[in-house]
Amino acid sequence: MRRIKLSVNGVTYEHEVEPRLLLVHYLREGLNLTGTMVGCNTSNCGACTVLLNGQSVKSCTLFAVQADGHEITTVQGLQSNGEWHPMQTAFHENHGLQCGYCTPGMILASVSYLKENPNPNEEEIREALEGNYCRCTGYENIVKAVQQAAGQTS
Amino acid sequence: MTQAPERYMGGGLPRKEDPNLVTGRANWTDNIKLPGMLHLAMLRSPFARAKITKLDVSGALERPGVVGAFTGAELADQWPGGVPCGAVVSDQQNSPFFSPIVTDEVRHVGDVLAVVVASDRYTAQDALESIVVDYEPLPPVVNMEAALAEGAPLVHEEFGTNECFKYTAGVEGIDDLFDAPDDTQLEGGGVRGPNVGGQGDTGEAMRRADVVIKERYIQQRVLPTAIEPRAVVASPEPGHQGIVMYSSTQVPHLLKIVLSLSTGIPENEIRVVAPDVGGGFGSKLNLYREEIIAVVLAKKLGTPVKYVEDRSENYQATIHGRGQIQDIELAANSDGKILGLRVKLLDDMGAYLQLLTPAIAVSGAALFPGVYNFENFAIEIKGVFTNLTPTDAYRGAGRPEACFAIERAMDSLARELNMDPAEVRRRNFFEPFDEPTANPAGLQYDSFNLQAVLDRAIELADYESLRAEQQRRRESGDPVQLGIGFSTYTEICGLGPSQALAGLGLGGGGWEAANVRMLVTGKVEVATGTSPHGQGHETSWSQIAADVLGVTPDDVDVIHGDTDAVPFGRDTYGSRSLAVGGIAVYHAANKVVEKGKKIAAHMLEASEEDIEFEGGRFSVAGSPDQNVTIQDVAGAAYLAADLPEGMEPVLNESMIYDPPNFTFPFGAHICVSEVDTETGKVKLRDYIAVDDCGPVINPTIVDGQLHGGLAQGIAQALYEGVIYDEEGNLVTASMVDYMIPGAPELPNFTLDRTVTPSPSNPLGVKGVGEAGTIGAPPAVINSIVDALSPLGIKHIDMPASPMRVWKAIQNAQGKQSGDRQIDASLEASGADIKQGR
Repeated sequence: MRRIKLSVNGVTYEHEVEPRLLLVHYLREGLNLTGTMVGCNTSNCGACTVLLNGQSVKSCTLFAVQADGHEITTVQGLQSNGEWHPMQTAFHENHGLQCGYCTPGMILASVSYLKENPNPNEEEIREALEGNYCRCTGYENIVKAVQQAAGQTS
Repeated sequence: MTQAPERYMGGGLPRKEDPNLVTGRANWTDNIKLPGMLHLAMLRSPFARAKITKLDVSGALERPGVVGAFTGAELADQWPGGVPCGAVVSDQQNSPFFSPIVTDEVRHVGDVLAVVVASDRYTAQDALESIVVDYEPLPPVVNMEAALAEGAPLVHEEFGTNECFKYTAGVEGIDDLFDAPDDTQLEGGGVRGPNVGGQGDTGEAMRRADVVIKERYIQQRVLPTAIEPRAVVASPEPGHQGIVMYSSTQVPHLLKIVLSLSTGIPENEIRVVAPDVGGGFGSKLNLYREEIIAVVLAKKLGTPVKYVEDRSENYQATIHGRGQIQDIELAANSDGKILGLRVKLLDDMGAYLQLLTPAIAVSGAALFPGVYNFENFAIEIKGVFTNLTPTDAYRGAGRPEACFAIERAMDSLARELNMDPAEVRRRNFFEPFDEPTANPAGLQYDSFNLQAVLDRAIELADYESLRAEQQRRRESGDPVQLGIGFSTYTEICGLGPSQALAGLGLGGGGWEAANVRMLVTGKVEVATGTSPHGQGHETSWSQIAADVLGVTPDDVDVIHGDTDAVPFGRDTYGSRSLAVGGIAVYHAANKVVEKGKKIAAHMLEASEEDIEFEGGRFSVAGSPDQNVTIQDVAGAAYLAADLPEGMEPVLNESMIYDPPNFTFPFGAHICVSEVDTETGKVKLRDYIAVDDCGPVINPTIVDGQLHGGLAQGIAQALYEGVIYDEEGNLVTASMVDYMIPGAPELPNFTLDRTVTPSPSNPLGVKGVGEAGTIGAPPAVINSIVDALSPLGIKHIDMPASPMRVWKAIQNAQGKQSGDRQIDASLEASGADIKQGR
């Protein structure tokens, strides 16, 4: 077992964990932060996307011990003062989700991408989200949502 | 004052479902943690076919944290019904017993031969490695034609054949014109047939035709790939004297019944809950072996048991979609008029029958004639067992396959006759109608205006300019050629009239239930038997109830997905929810208004006939100042202090609605593709879809359904395909190897719609869930073939990967192209490149 200390959604945690414990399982089973989900186990689908020090990572690819000393943000930490993040609002207003299973990962990947490129065009958004699969929407409204959020945050 | 009511139906209300989903507060099945809950893991076969000669689970039991390890023999008495199949399409159907844990022989990669229950999922998974198995590998059958050949290994030896069933309609003489003559038992004896009418004399039609298009199309297997894998938590509930099963399912109500049939647990002792469900696409329309095992072990151990599949298990053990070999013959005159169609299908069952496996192709049988009006039609379907994962319903379920065949053949006919593909379609369209009209298979289409959708699509595509550009590119020898592909489709929605479903071998039960009740404060609860998993029923049903009752959608709460909270229901699949379940809500809400009128008349001391209802207010005709709100009436009905003599308290009305007919949306799609002849890469430049699903309740949700359906249809055409090797190993066993499209692989869609109401229900609605997956695949392939037709290429099988397209171009140009791995389950069928036939 290894001792880790990390910040998740602004709260500091210290735990003893198995070195092989995946970060996504630490978040879900250890901290009950079930807004982060497993979709593929192979880092393809992006349902498990979280922010590590503000950058999107796939939490099924990281061990919990690799997050030691870092800041993690899950979808549950995206609101501030009870207000939705503009990306959450944009997904809602543009019908950028149906079943919603990919949505937290998709939102976090988009938030992370807009920090890199605040004014992307459609093609750039599509390329940027290639690591996040959605099976319901055909992506069209997801792209629109990211465009709307980009307009608001830039 | 009575205010003009806002009308919510027809408006793109943002969804009520979203807040939980965008903030991470959704309740997925895998979130559920119950006291004492154990975790289940499956030992799955690495062989497609093998005898188990030794199986010893004792090693697993010795590991810390392991509570139990079980073989099929130990639990066999717990599931007398096995994994049930609910579809019988022929009296002579061979239906094997499907044991949740096998006892003698494994029949596909991923078959389950033992299970472990442990304190957590890591421990359960680890313990599988301590189970000792000796296998005696046997030769598998991995493709349908090989399975039917003389002397083929048998998936189920007790049947003496790999044929599961034969279904025929109008088959007289069907074998005369197909290459491989079949046996002669063609009388169709024992067929429980839907009213699929083979009719007319197709042989005579073929003989007198100027042209007969004769083609073979392959419907490759595809993986439904809901992003949420299947998950189940089974919990023994002493207070309930039975079991509660939480499952990531589309069909909690069906599961309650089928679980009872499987295990013998009385139906009234089972409660099934579908929490938030992360997509289904047909793949969660089943009772799976893992659910049965979880329930049986939860009961046996007296504690909750959870199972969550990983993606590799999802690809090996959740049902696959499609899996057909289609031989079709289309006879026509030189003016393009169709004389007759006959179809001979092989439909891949896989190793076992899941809930609806044999019914999928059969339920699409009557749709092969598509949107065309002609005389002679015949079809024969054979279900075939193979040592592969079972198939079952995947978005469209029998209809995309039928649509693909007729729409591809129509393009071949146009090319053969040197006609425009839009024109050849037009010449065979039904004239517009708004009362049920029979198709060549005897199906009663409800209402069509095909000309309008095609005209609109052509206008949106700027068709003439596209043809001009295509011509320029051809003449200039542009390495990137332009292709324009049409698809004009219809589909069967609104499953369905109970009698008709019984005719399809599905037993019946196509109705849907709704309960609409007004609370003392005037708020509304709608309990629906539909079970949404992304479709937005909470929003749409609120819009329907709000308009009928004259309240706002925010006043309405929609309850679903719990067999204790909603006593009757038939769930969500087959684009049925709105056209059956939404109509039930509509009727139940109207019953509330009717009862409200009686109470309002009593309150206003007026005659019931004089009461008018508008905008949430009951008023006396001619005296609008004399009025009461529906909230006042609801309160009075609830308190029951002063109701009309003999009236039952509370506004609380139910409707169980059995539709009189299916509904038939239709549409015209045009795919515009750019095909790079040097690399084989296909880029979809534009995709125009003009769909008619009748009046629309929520256009935002409808467009979303179309987007998603189109994406899956395009995916089947361009990207997705299951690959098995000759040993029956699933090569595409993870998302690393199976390509579902990401955002860069899909175009923007150009959508429009026409509105042709269905005469079958009071809202005229038809349903839209599967339109995209049905219309898209032939439009895409037609566009690619259109681009490459100057090279003499007449067909490219799905998925039209760059390699496959490039190879077709190389072959057409007489050049050698290398080999690549292709799916052994279709290899012998010539599923790879066919051209120049």
